[in-house]
Amino acid sequence: MNMAKNNFQFSIFNFQFWCFVQKEFYHIFRDRRTVMVMILMPIIQVILFGFAITTEVKNVKIAIYDPSRDVATQHITEKIGAGEFFIIDRYLNSPAEIDRTFREGEVSVIILFSDNFGERLLHTGDAGIQVLLDASEPNQASSAGMYINSIIADYQQELMREASIPFQIRPEIRMLYNPSMKSGYNFVPGVMGMILMLICAMMTSIAIVREKEMGTMEVLLASPVKPIYVVLSKMSPYFVISWFNLITILLLSVYVLGVPVSGNLFWLNVLSLLFIVVALGLGLFISTLVDTQVAAMLASGMGMIMPVMLLSGFVFPTESMPPVLQWLSTVVPARWYIAAVRRIMIEGAPVQAVWKEFAILAGMAAVIITVSLKNFKSRLE
Amino acid sequence: MKDITAKNLTKRFGDFTAVDSISFEVERGEIFGFLGANGAGKTTAMRMLCGLSQPTAGEGYVAGFNIDTEAEKVKAHIGYMSQKFSLYEDLRVWENVRLFAGIYGVRKDLIKPKTEETLAKIDLTAERNTLVKEIPLGWKQKLSFSIATFHNPNIVFLDEPTGGVDPLTRRRFWDMIQEAAEGGMTVFVTTHYMDEAEYCNRVSIMVDGKIEALDTPRNLRKQFAAENMDAVFHQLARKATRIEN
Repeated sequence: MNMAKNNFQFSIFNFQFWCFVQKEFYHIFRDRRTVMVMILMPIIQVILFGFAITTEVKNVKIAIYDPSRDVATQHITEKIGAGEFFIIDRYLNSPAEIDRTFREGEVSVIILFSDNFGERLLHTGDAGIQVLLDASEPNQASSAGMYINSIIADYQQELMREASIPFQIRPEIRMLYNPSMKSGYNFVPGVMGMILMLICAMMTSIAIVREKEMGTMEVLLASPVKPIYVVLSKMSPYFVISWFNLITILLLSVYVLGVPVSGNLFWLNVLSLLFIVVALGLGLFISTLVDTQVAAMLASGMGMIMPVMLLSGFVFPTESMPPVLQWLSTVVPARWYIAAVRRIMIEGAPVQAVWKEFAILAGMAAVIITVSLKNFKSRLE
Repeated sequence: MKDITAKNLTKRFGDFTAVDSISFEVERGEIFGFLGANGAGKTTAMRMLCGLSQPTAGEGYVAGFNIDTEAEKVKAHIGYMSQKFSLYEDLRVWENVRLFAGIYGVRKDLIKPKTEETLAKIDLTAERNTLVKEIPLGWKQKLSFSIATFHNPNIVFLDEPTGGVDPLTRRRFWDMIQEAAEGGMTVFVTTHYMDEAEYCNRVSIMVDGKIEALDTPRNLRKQFAAENMDAVFHQLARKATRIEN
C-alpha cells in the first residue's frame, strides 16, 4: 500500500490519465469495423453529396417574359434553349404571372427581359435581364443561375466582337423562396456538421454506455479514479479522430469537389473544435441518460442526427421553415455551426462576422458539459 | 483492529428497503463471508461499503474512513472485484494489469516488475500478450483477483467471485484468497455457494435485507443444529418473503 499512497496526490495524474487515454485508443483501433466506419464515412458522405446529390442541371424548364420580342431577345432565348440544360417551356404575357408559374412547380427559372431590350442595347449599349430562380432546390438553382449567366456573358462577347461599341447586358439574378442561399456548396458545411456530430456524440455516448453494459464502469467507479478523468479520456480519441475527419473533409472539398476555403483556415478550425466540444458534451449527456448501447444509438440518432439533417439548414433552409421550426432550430447546435462555416469557409467572411455563432456555441458547450458532468457524478450514488 | 464497521446501515430505493439496518464488524486479516439469496441485499450492502452507493441511514467505516463522507479515501484503500470479473476484453492481459495499476496509483517504475511477478504467480506469463476475451473464464477470474489486489489494498471486496466457475477452479481460487488473508489483507466476500462458506472465518447470512445470523461456520452449524452450512442457510432462507430474481 505504501507505494500507492505516497504518490497518490499529484504525480499520478498524468500517468493515470494517459493509461486511460491509451486504453480508449486500443478500444477503438482494435475494433476494425469502427475504424473503417469512422475513417470512410466522411469520405463517402462528401462524395455522395458532392456528386450524387448536387444534380447536374439538365432539362430545367424555363419561362420567358419578353415584351419586345426583338432579334437580341430571340437570340438569347435560342442560345438558352439550345443546350440540354434548359427547355423553353412557355412565354409569359405579364410579370404578374410569375408567382403563379413558380407555384405550379414545373418551371424553376423565369427570365424577364426589360422593355425594348434590343433597342436599348443598340442605342445605349445597356440593357437589363432579370433571372428569377426557384431556390427551394438550392443546388440546382445556383447551377442554373451560373449557366444562364455564362450564356448571357457569351452573347455579350459575341456582340462586342462584331461591333466596337461596349455593350453591356446586366443580368440580375434573384433567388426566390430561399433568398439567403448564396452558394451551391451548401452541403460541405452540412456534411461537416453531421459527421462531427455523428462521430462525437454517437460514438462517445456508445463508448461510455458500453462500459456500463459490460460492468467495467462499476469497477472504475469503485476505484479512486475521478469521474472527470474517465470522461475526458473517453472523449480524447474522438476529439482527435473528428479533427482528422474535419481535415479529410476539407481536403476532399478543396481538391476533389473544387470547393475552396475562402476564409481563415485557423478560425475555421477553432470553430470546428468548439463544435466538437459541444458534440462530445452531447454524447456524454446521452450516456448519462441511457443504460444500453442500443438506447444510446437511438437517442443520438433521433436526438442528434435527425435535427442536424432536418433543422440545421443542412438540407432545408432555415429561412423557409415555419416559425415554430425556426424557433426549434435555434437549439440545434449544428444550425449555428453550419451557418458559421458557410460564412467563414464559403463566403470568406472575417471571424468578427460570426461572433454570435461562436458565442452561442460556447454557451451551449458550457451548459451541456456542466449539466452532464453533474448528471454523470450523480450516477455514482 | 476493525477494518470494516457497519452501524445500522440502511439503503432504501423509494418504498423498498434493500438493506435494513445491518450492523457488523470485520477484523483485519479476516475472511468475512457475506451470504444471502439473490435479492437479499448483499450487493447493495457491498456497494455502500465500497463507496459506490450512498447509505440512506446509518454509518459505515472502511479502512478507518467514513463510507459516506470519505468515499474517495475508502476507494483508494480497497480492491474491488465485481461479479462479472469485469476486465477489458479487448485489451491484452498485461494491458489490463497496467491500466488498473495506473488507476490505483501504483508507482510507474514498480508496475513492470510487479506485473511480471503477478503473472508468474497465476501462470499467465505465457499469455501476457493475449487479449482477455480469448482466455478461459477461470483464468479471467484469477487475473481479475490479482488485479483487484495488485495495489496491496487493506481490504478486498469480492462480489460473487466464483460464479460460473468449475469446482476445481473454485477450490484453487479460495487458496488465493486464503493466501491474501494470511498476508494481512481483509477479505469481504459474497457468495451463494454454501460449501465456500466453510472457508470463511466468519459468515453473515442476509435474509430480506437483514442479517439473520453472524458467527463462525462451526458455531452456526451448532446453533441451527445443522450438518453443514447449506442446511443452515436453508433454515434461514425459508423465512424470506421477497421474490428471488
